[in-house]
Amino acid sequence: MTQSKAHFEFKDIHVEVEGKEVVKGVSLTINHGEIHAIMGPNGSGKSSLSNALMGHPNYTITSGEARLDGKNLLEMSADERSRAGLFLAFQYPLAIPGVTVANFLRAALKSHRGKDADMSDFRKLLKAEMSDLSVDPSFATRYLNDGFSGGEKKRVEILQMSMLKPKMALLDETDSGLDIDALKTVADGINRYHNDQNAILLVTHYQRLLNYVKPDFVHVMMNGQFAKSGGPELALKLEESGYDWVEKEVLQKAEV
Amino acid sequence: MSDAIKQQNESLSTLNADYAAKYGFHDPVDYFHKGARGLNHEVVEMISRMKKEPRWMAERRHEALDIFYSKPMPKWGNQQALGEIDFENIYYFMKPIERQQDNWDDVPEYIKKTFDRLGIPEAEQKFLGGVSAQYESEVVYHSMKEDLKKQGIVFLDMDSGLREREDIVKKFFGTIIPSTDNKFAALNTAVWSGGSFIYVPPGVNVTVPLQAYFRINAENMGQFERTLIIADKGSRVHYIEGCTAPVYSTDSLHSAVVELIALDDAYIRYTTIQNWSRNIFNLVTKRATVHKNATVEWVDGNLGSRLTMKYPCIQLVGEGARGEVLSVAFAGVDQHQDAGAKMIHAAPNTSSRITSKSISKDNGRASYRGLVKIHKNAVNSKVSVECDALLIGDDARSDTYPTMEIDSEKVRVEHEARVSKVAEEQLFYLTSRGLTEDDARLLIVNGFMEPFTKELPLEYAVELNRLIELEMEGSIG
Repeated sequence: MTQSKAHFEFKDIHVEVEGKEVVKGVSLTINHGEIHAIMGPNGSGKSSLSNALMGHPNYTITSGEARLDGKNLLEMSADERSRAGLFLAFQYPLAIPGVTVANFLRAALKSHRGKDADMSDFRKLLKAEMSDLSVDPSFATRYLNDGFSGGEKKRVEILQMSMLKPKMALLDETDSGLDIDALKTVADGINRYHNDQNAILLVTHYQRLLNYVKPDFVHVMMNGQFAKSGGPELALKLEESGYDWVEKEVLQKAEV
Repeated sequence: MSDAIKQQNESLSTLNADYAAKYGFHDPVDYFHKGARGLNHEVVEMISRMKKEPRWMAERRHEALDIFYSKPMPKWGNQQALGEIDFENIYYFMKPIERQQDNWDDVPEYIKKTFDRLGIPEAEQKFLGGVSAQYESEVVYHSMKEDLKKQGIVFLDMDSGLREREDIVKKFFGTIIPSTDNKFAALNTAVWSGGSFIYVPPGVNVTVPLQAYFRINAENMGQFERTLIIADKGSRVHYIEGCTAPVYSTDSLHSAVVELIALDDAYIRYTTIQNWSRNIFNLVTKRATVHKNATVEWVDGNLGSRLTMKYPCIQLVGEGARGEVLSVAFAGVDQHQDAGAKMIHAAPNTSSRITSKSISKDNGRASYRGLVKIHKNAVNSKVSVECDALLIGDDARSDTYPTMEIDSEKVRVEHEARVSKVAEEQLFYLTSRGLTEDDARLLIVNGFMEPFTKELPLEYAVELNRLIELEMEGSIG
């Protein structure tokens, strides 16, 4: 048993988008059962990092390592990463016209299990998960994200997570565009999913989701790097004082 | 080009690649009658004589041939491809067997095998009210359920229709599409053979679909079926046609004329699933006249062929009449689908909807060509046109040629046109949930077609999805 107990870890990740480096060497280790949050101003590279880790073709990881339970993610295509247990809840989920939520989820589950789910079991599971997330049953037969409101899209992302039960969930700005009731529903969904066998990495601009989903660690991302790490209190300080003071700290350090 | 798109092209480039194995076979046939190649008045006279037609029909044919000679080729579509049609190299009439059968067992073995392979008898047993199977120029097998006959529903091949119901045929034949309409309508009128004749009496609802299947077997064959459907007042009928042909190196011609008449309060749905081999010129004229509060729907699926030019037309001539054209075209390697719709509003309170979806891949080309005309008297009319094109690969091409002629005020017209590519972003979204790229692509293409497939009877929707799925699966490894 020489394998490290780290569940999900990435080391010195560099990401390029259209030839421009947007993530400049970040490292993180996440253990089973932990919740981490990456916070940062717009354009700091947080979404690029999560997209790159999932395997988005437009986000090229130019160097670094990423492992899930010891398996090298960077050798895998996006679908292999998903089947290995990685999940990304998208900031802007795309519409897939003509493909119903139910058909899509069935296809996704089939790809994970290697065989079709029993139809009645699948219906029961879908119905229960939808009800927990206050998603109207009619969504099962609606086309995926087609004409959904921002909040509906986010709920359906969490629905996908709760159906697929990934080992490691990256949640990219899942709180944006949600009113307070929807925020609570989504946070409940995340908390229901969370257990000591999986882990969560929340990527967020604002602190408000963290009132409901309590992080163990908070990392501040600026200009493509982690500028500061701390406990949940760091999120509260950012909420009060904004990001400017972190930037000043970084500059001071650089001058020393 | 990214790897994802490249792979996508590769897997879709084989779409329908097993056409040759599935539909592209041909039978060696000892024809009862096989005329000579080429077109002239003697050929026309021979066809009419063999069919023992009344003289008025023979005269119609001769007159139409002269119109065919005098008319220029269409000035739209694909001029270059049209120019390659050699009218003198085509067989205009091939009669496979002496007489049509209504008992499957009496159909010659080789023809039976063909239609067995195409799944026709199975479909008949499962969900159809009547079946007509045309092989080359004539219908070789025809049957209809007894209970439909008892309701007075007439479903015959057109040749029998002319013999048995000459009164109705004479009254309506060529009234919706006259020979003078276009060069290919004239050609069809001159040499027509086979097709369907349907008459539904007032108030009768045909609850199960009637189907005709058109099979071209010979090389350089010309198939010219003629279909006339009359839905009398308050009746309802759904007619389905399917078409395939063998794969040959030289071209064949399919040029049908279809006329529909929906009298007051009647409803006709006409569904086409054509899956021609790549050597077929498919030049078809389809038109419907819709009377007061009646409805006609063309559900038109165009797969295959070298060049298709087809624009189902609906003339809304009665107050409150409704028309709908829902079409899908798939243009693969070296194929051109020039398809669309014509909607003529000629009465008040009429409404129509055109939904055109096309998929082009490799160097395939799909064009939407549409006309919406609202006459001055058609007040309070509503029109909606939606064109949606999906491009796969960098060489695929899609064009839209919409024409609107609005001569009336107080009408509502909506027009929407979209062109999209199977986007990397969509592929990434689906693959990030565990689907392989091939599965993701299949899901996106099926989703794009969904507004069409959901309108098909379940068996056809399943077949269409299966066809696409098989082709995509075949591309792995």
